[in-house]
Amino acid sequence: MSELFTDFFLLQDPNVRWVLAGTILLGLSAGALGCFAVLRERALVGDAVAHAVLPGVCLAFIFTGDKDPLALLIGSVIFGWISLVVMDFIIRNSKISADTSIGMVLSVFFGLGVVLLTYIQSSGNVNQSGLDAFLFGNAASMLPEDVMLFGFVSLMVLVVIIAMYKELKLVSFDSSYAKVIGYPLKRMEFLIATLLVVTITAGLQAVGVVLMASMLIIPAAAARYWTDSLRVMLFVAAFVGGISAISGSFVSYAAPSMPTGPWMVVSAAFIFTLSFFFAPARGETRKWIKRLNQKQKIRRENILKTLYGLNEADGKEEKVRTLQEIIKKRRMEKKTLKRGLSELEKSGMIEHYRGRPDGFVLTETGRVEARRIVRLHRLWELYLTEKLEIAGDHVHDDAESMEHVITPEIEAQLLKILENPESDPHDEKIPY
Amino acid sequence: MSESAAKVKGAPPVEVHDLTVSYQNKPVLWDVDFELPEGKLIAVVGPNGAGKSTLIKTIMGLIDPVSGHSLIYGRPLEQMRKKIAYVPQRETVDWNFPVSVFDVVLMGRYAHLSLFKRPKKHDKELAMEALEKVGMAEFADRQISQLSGGQQQRVFLARALAQDAEIYFMDEPFAGVDASTEDHILLLLKELRNHGRTVVVVHHDLQTVSGYFDWVMLLNLRLVALGPMETTFTKENLQKAYGGRLNILSQVIELSRKEDFIREPGHE
Amino acid sequence: MSTFWIILTACLASSACALVGSFLVLRKQAMLGDAISHAVLPGIAIAFLLTASRNTFPMLIGAGAFGLLTVYLTEKLQLRGRLMNDASMGIVFTTLFAIGVIIITMFASQVDLDQECILYGEIAYVPWDLWIFNGMNMGPRPVWILGFVLMLNLLFIVSCYKELKIYAFDRQLAVSMGIPIMLIHYGLMGSVSFSTIAAFESVGAILVVALIVVPPATAYLLTRRLSHLLMLAVFFGILSSISGYYLAYWTNSSIAGAIAVMTGVYFGLALFFSPVDGILAKKYRRKQNTGKGPYEGPGLELRTKQTINI
Ligand SMILES: Nc1ncnc2c1ncn2[C@@H]1O[C@H](COP(=O)(O)OP(=O)(O)OP(=O)(O)O)[C@@H](O)[C@H]1O
Ligand SMILES: [Mg+2]
Repeated sequence: MSELFTDFFLLQDPNVRWVLAGTILLGLSAGALGCFAVLRERALVGDAVAHAVLPGVCLAFIFTGDKDPLALLIGSVIFGWISLVVMDFIIRNSKISADTSIGMVLSVFFGLGVVLLTYIQSSGNVNQSGLDAFLFGNAASMLPEDVMLFGFVSLMVLVVIIAMYKELKLVSFDSSYAKVIGYPLKRMEFLIATLLVVTITAGLQAVGVVLMASMLIIPAAAARYWTDSLRVMLFVAAFVGGISAISGSFVSYAAPSMPTGPWMVVSAAFIFTLSFFFAPARGETRKWIKRLNQKQKIRRENILKTLYGLNEADGKEEKVRTLQEIIKKRRMEKKTLKRGLSELEKSGMIEHYRGRPDGFVLTETGRVEARRIVRLHRLWELYLTEKLEIAGDHVHDDAESMEHVITPEIEAQLLKILENPESDPHDEKIPY
Repeated sequence: MSESAAKVKGAPPVEVHDLTVSYQNKPVLWDVDFELPEGKLIAVVGPNGAGKSTLIKTIMGLIDPVSGHSLIYGRPLEQMRKKIAYVPQRETVDWNFPVSVFDVVLMGRYAHLSLFKRPKKHDKELAMEALEKVGMAEFADRQISQLSGGQQQRVFLARALAQDAEIYFMDEPFAGVDASTEDHILLLLKELRNHGRTVVVVHHDLQTVSGYFDWVMLLNLRLVALGPMETTFTKENLQKAYGGRLNILSQVIELSRKEDFIREPGHE
Repeated sequence: MSTFWIILTACLASSACALVGSFLVLRKQAMLGDAISHAVLPGIAIAFLLTASRNTFPMLIGAGAFGLLTVYLTEKLQLRGRLMNDASMGIVFTTLFAIGVIIITMFASQVDLDQECILYGEIAYVPWDLWIFNGMNMGPRPVWILGFVLMLNLLFIVSCYKELKIYAFDRQLAVSMGIPIMLIHYGLMGSVSFSTIAAFESVGAILVVALIVVPPATAYLLTRRLSHLLMLAVFFGILSSISGYYLAYWTNSSIAGAIAVMTGVYFGLALFFSPVDGILAKKYRRKQNTGKGPYEGPGLELRTKQTINI
């Protein structure tokens, strides 16, 4: 295995070099371009175009009688274009919805491609073997001249994306605004469509028509979780595309019966899953962590409040409060209570007396903090009853949660409009 | 759809308890709590974005509240679906859908038909009657996209009438209709009321509120006021609903949204 | 005789697909057909592996499970992952399809499913794929399966017609009336999965999409009544099957591909020449402009239309 690894990554085999270069370039350009497709909600259009170029490939073969990469490229670009025009025509001229139109073009064009492909196969042209590599992709069978052409095309796509970044960004974000400020919108749309068609065509041999769309969609979608900036997203998507290309190529190098395309897709999907869960900017874990922190904060503040309440009830600020006392006042799990208490102890809000009775006392900072929370609670209750005329018996739950979010600025405003009140609606003193 | 349960005796047609509703953590209704009287024509009034549509959708069970609940004649909505009809503010339907005007109105009867049951002659008669009531009988066979906006509105009104409910919620039925249609719709609403139905209507034209309705509910994020027109539709209350900017409340709500704040049930 | 069996198989497949496809098209979820038809591949492959045979029942279950999984994952990903519907769908089905292809190549010796069969099906071999029951020759197996699925679909649509109609037309009303919308939704998705898998063997993954989407779309342009739409969709499915067979025969090419091409041809004809919604009819009416035609005033044209540029 490790031998395979070194052989592969030292690029000993010239064939590996070509295949890798081709797939990486494809991964990069498809990943970057896919960002625009995904952000414009056009993800599946790419799928349709990828299927729809099949008749172009076959016709090019029928006319030239050969698998000349340039002819195949031209044939499929033409059909990619036709498919876009047809989709648009149907939508504009009938009540057919966009996704129906996409599905129709995808399947009917593909059907035509299959008809032509089987026609070629039955006609017995010896050159045709390998044409079906376009269906599922067969990166290993790519010849240096294929790679050179398709790699060059991918490279050009990348160059155009970088050069026209600003225009592409504006058009995909707000095309009507772009038009208003005098962008040549039609030409821009034409450019984007051409880039899409060309990228798809360049990817066919490596990934195949069926899975080509995923190389546009998955890296871009994965990139979205890492950043909110389009520029960064483009880089991340290209990177994900490139990595998927490398790992797909590696698998099919290590196990030659394995197809490259599906492994590229599965690798990309794996990265997507990782991003979905673990991306720091928008991933799921971040949400969990935030929730957890918040829960801990609320727990700590509730404990402080409870200690304050106990002190308020019997007026003994210095008295040690046992676990049982606290739980009696505010129902909670013993385990969570202990955890909250130790967090509070660490931050110096309370002190733990390990004597008899074993328990806790608010420190000076703890007392200030506890007063703040109780104050916010009571101020909020007062605001709801006085200013919003909500019945007194309805406001407690609300205050129970809002006391944890109100900022000092809002507190100041509350104090101002309530004119520094003395007590809350339940006649409890508001501590300052 | 199980056989609908009987009303709880003496229970109001609609009661709402402590209702808080939010979209993506942004509360748009705040601790709303009220009971509606039976057999009245009730206007719901408030500025754009006040949460009027949200309130109705929540009562209809189309949105799940964060907290609180509502009851229809003292029972949960599920048991009383047949008793309430709803005309949404903006129809979200596909206008090109292959159904005729009559088909749409007949759908109002589906509430009374159990799974697998087909509409009967009686249902069709009721649907036709409802279409006649809104003056659209001659369009019965048209496909719905072939109607003007106001005509479409009337068709959906007819659908609610065909449902033959006890409580009607109508979200801005007067929006975008001409004066004579408005009069016509108002007559229909009054007829419903005179038959003892409770009709709740979101209405935007403050000029006509007091002339059209018996009761009024002023809403803006929270319930500002609810009561008979004479006592409730006052300048002061209107000021509260429209003018008074709920500065602090909105700020706090915004904060709790940003913090991704989860409301936890209170203990103690 | 073999011609008869092939055409019968194609007609059954296209009828089953057209029926459920109509509702997908009406709900603007046509691409869900595409997604499901791809995503069932691992289900089929796993069923193959486990039973070591081309046993229909496990395959139906495997495909059904993966079809529903696709729908579920797409919806979840859209909600939790804040992705657009089409992107989340694209991720789910391409990944599942890729996994299916990998399973098939990995166990190529046990799984008798080659890649071409996945793409174009094997309808030409239908007459030889016989079902021998108790030593009796019952005729081609796919005919039985497709016939069974068609019956299921018919049963579903006839018994839940009014629920399906309201579910497709006005989800909000359906919910507010307490109609069991999720049941109908997943019922329909299950039907789509079954039809897909049953037709998949004969016409392949992608051409199933043609059968699901194109005949209903053609019918959609020709009528303004749901019941007529369903019948017309079946009619166009059958017409495409028959004419597709002869096109393939004549050009010596794939039958499934030719059927897909024919569905497209009929759609093209309807798009231009439909008396109801055809492009020419609309042009003609605009010229006449006597107001006799369907209402074309405000309320009709105001509604915005999506367009496609990538
Ligand atoms: N689906 C939604 N997602 C997120 N926010 C929403 C959604 N629907 C409504 N809102 C927000 O909720 C608030 C209340 O909306 P609602 O539609 O209930 O107002 P309304 O009182 O009916 O207004 P209008 O008079 O304009 O109809 C608004 O601020 C609106 O922006
Ligand atoms: Mg509204």
